[in-house]
Amino acid sequence: MIYLDNAASTKPADEVIAAMQPFLQEAYGNPSAIYRIGRKSRDAIDHARSQTARLIDARPEEIFFTSGGTESDNWALVAGFESQADKGSHIITTRIEHHAILNTCKYLETSRGAHVTYVDVHEDGIVDPDDIQKAITPQTVLISVMTANNEIGTIQPIREIGQIAKQNNIQFHTDAVQAYGHIPLDVHAMNIDLLSASSHKLHGPKGAGILYIKKGVKFPGFIHGGSQERQRRSGTENVASIVGMGTAAELALKAQAQNDQIIRSMRDHMLNRILNEIPDVHLNGSLQHRLPNNINVSFNGIDVESLLIRLDLLGIAASSGAACTSGSLTPSHVLLALGLPPERSKNALRLSLSIYNTKDEINTVVDKLKMIVSELRK
Amino acid sequence: MKTVVVGMSGGVDSSVAAYLLKQQGYNVIGVTMQIWQEEDTCTIERNGGCCGASAVADARRVANCLDIPYYVMNFREVFRHKVIDYFIKEYRSGRTPNPCIACNRYVKWQSLLEKSLAIGADYIATGHYAKVVQLDNGRWTLQTSKELNGKSKDQTYALYNLTQSQLARTLMPIGEYTKDEVRKIAEDAGLPVAHKPDSEEICFVPDNDYAGFIERDTGIQDKPGNFIDLKGKILGKHKGITHYTVGQRRGLGLAVGHPIFVKKICPATNEIILAENADLLENTLEAVDINIMAKEDIATERVMAKIRYNSKPAAATIEKIGDDRIRCTFDSPQCAITPGQSVVFYQDDHILGGGTIV
Repeated sequence: MIYLDNAASTKPADEVIAAMQPFLQEAYGNPSAIYRIGRKSRDAIDHARSQTARLIDARPEEIFFTSGGTESDNWALVAGFESQADKGSHIITTRIEHHAILNTCKYLETSRGAHVTYVDVHEDGIVDPDDIQKAITPQTVLISVMTANNEIGTIQPIREIGQIAKQNNIQFHTDAVQAYGHIPLDVHAMNIDLLSASSHKLHGPKGAGILYIKKGVKFPGFIHGGSQERQRRSGTENVASIVGMGTAAELALKAQAQNDQIIRSMRDHMLNRILNEIPDVHLNGSLQHRLPNNINVSFNGIDVESLLIRLDLLGIAASSGAACTSGSLTPSHVLLALGLPPERSKNALRLSLSIYNTKDEINTVVDKLKMIVSELRK
Repeated sequence: MKTVVVGMSGGVDSSVAAYLLKQQGYNVIGVTMQIWQEEDTCTIERNGGCCGASAVADARRVANCLDIPYYVMNFREVFRHKVIDYFIKEYRSGRTPNPCIACNRYVKWQSLLEKSLAIGADYIATGHYAKVVQLDNGRWTLQTSKELNGKSKDQTYALYNLTQSQLARTLMPIGEYTKDEVRKIAEDAGLPVAHKPDSEEICFVPDNDYAGFIERDTGIQDKPGNFIDLKGKILGKHKGITHYTVGQRRGLGLAVGHPIFVKKICPATNEIILAENADLLENTLEAVDINIMAKEDIATERVMAKIRYNSKPAAATIEKIGDDRIRCTFDSPQCAITPGQSVVFYQDDHILGGGTIV
């Protein structure tokens, strides 16, 4: 198998598996308990907290473990909105957010009386900070803009938007699920109040994520119960996955610059070959402001469902963009937001690389793509 | 090794079709067609039907159990256009549509076949009770499925529109078996859907309230009008023409002292003509949108003609009376010949052809 869907999920690193192993076997103690194996779990979580904090230059006590990116996004928006009900009811976000943000906003609109502005993006898939600025009203209490897009990998001007939020005294959340561990992030320099990240997008296990909550931000809990995570996120901790996420974060921090270079060079090679060797192909989204591992291209006249199935039958894992639970494709809301013709938003292929890919694999996939595309166009 | 895409609905028939083809040595790929229109998950859960969302879960389990690749393909647009829109248009025009025939023709044997060929398949297969056969004259046709004690699940009626090139690329492996045998095969093979009940309703109208569906979908309230008798005398009020079909007796809300039936629906005047049973008998019908399977062309033929899904074929003579028009004269009169429904002509045990009753 050749795996090119790392924006969907990633292979857990060997070091990650090794670090998790004890907590799936002998070290099963409840971290809240007073005895030794309980303390061992507690220590492991605290260590992971430091590891995950370091990657964004946060303090450990600003990190709260959750079940993953979706929970973090829900928590950030719902609690961020409800805790400021006395100040206003307006939220600003963008049209290209992940559904964890968009559908939570929809929920807040229909059930909690929120007013949400969905800011447009340019054709290159980048939000203009001026548009965020213009959307601000005296009622605005929360701005949520993703760090990098999950379909087209475009990196948003988070620093500028953070600055605008700060100047207007508005809480700023960023969904960094795709960016965390892939590009340098600094919550201070970027004026981020709240940040969501997920473990399984950076070679950690599924089932763990974090919400970074800036120290001093008054922020209520979301899941109530036994007062874990300093009363902000109850429920017995998913120790093994949290430990795995910590290890993954540490590995990412250590190798970020080096991995960036290797992945970027494979990506550029692949993209150049696709654009040069296959006719009628368009790259979707900015190339300059883009995650190093992302390719999103539209093949004119190709039914992407057939293309993906052909690839799968050849043992190549790729995606059309956002995965849908039923496994069937609907036109991408992100590509539609870019203002692309519906046709192009329906025949987009996403290839997302990782450090585990090789140049041979990349060449094989391009060769197969060439063959399949020409056959499908016949 | 030949590759076949099996249209899997999550029911026992298509599951066994996939199983049998795998046993026969085909390279089998399972596909469920996404045709439901709603995004709302609660609505999707409720819709069982032949291709509802719950179908996906079952089909996926079967595919996993058979160790075959499995995909969901999106056919929402073509289904909306060719099946639902047609269904609504026909009812609003006073005819009684057959959406399963439209789905087979446009969705399964056009879109699914086309896409299956695109992904490298040689054939598509379904769990229909019918047999694909090639006659001595070289023509492909469909033979009725296996009968046992005079009983058969035969589904050839809904498949008369398939073209020669479509039939040449179609496999229907369960046509050789009865329903009981199919369930037994599923049980012996350990398929998780061996005891799943059959779905019989129209998949996008699971509550069978066609008029209600049309009203919700179009947002247009059906206009009440008059029931009249053959002489034009007003007998009462009807709820709107989409609520009725030719031959209907129940649910008219009238008491005239003797059994009375829908004879004709007149959309132009918004009237429905009611009559006694004897008045519903007719000797001839005309059909258009003809597909001929078993022969290159026809002139005058003796056939057994079937005028609805659950009616018994009746002896008749057909003749071509136009480019795309056939007159069918029955040996003995038939009850409630219904415009919009299909008439399918059989010779021996296979389909000669068929068309839509005008």
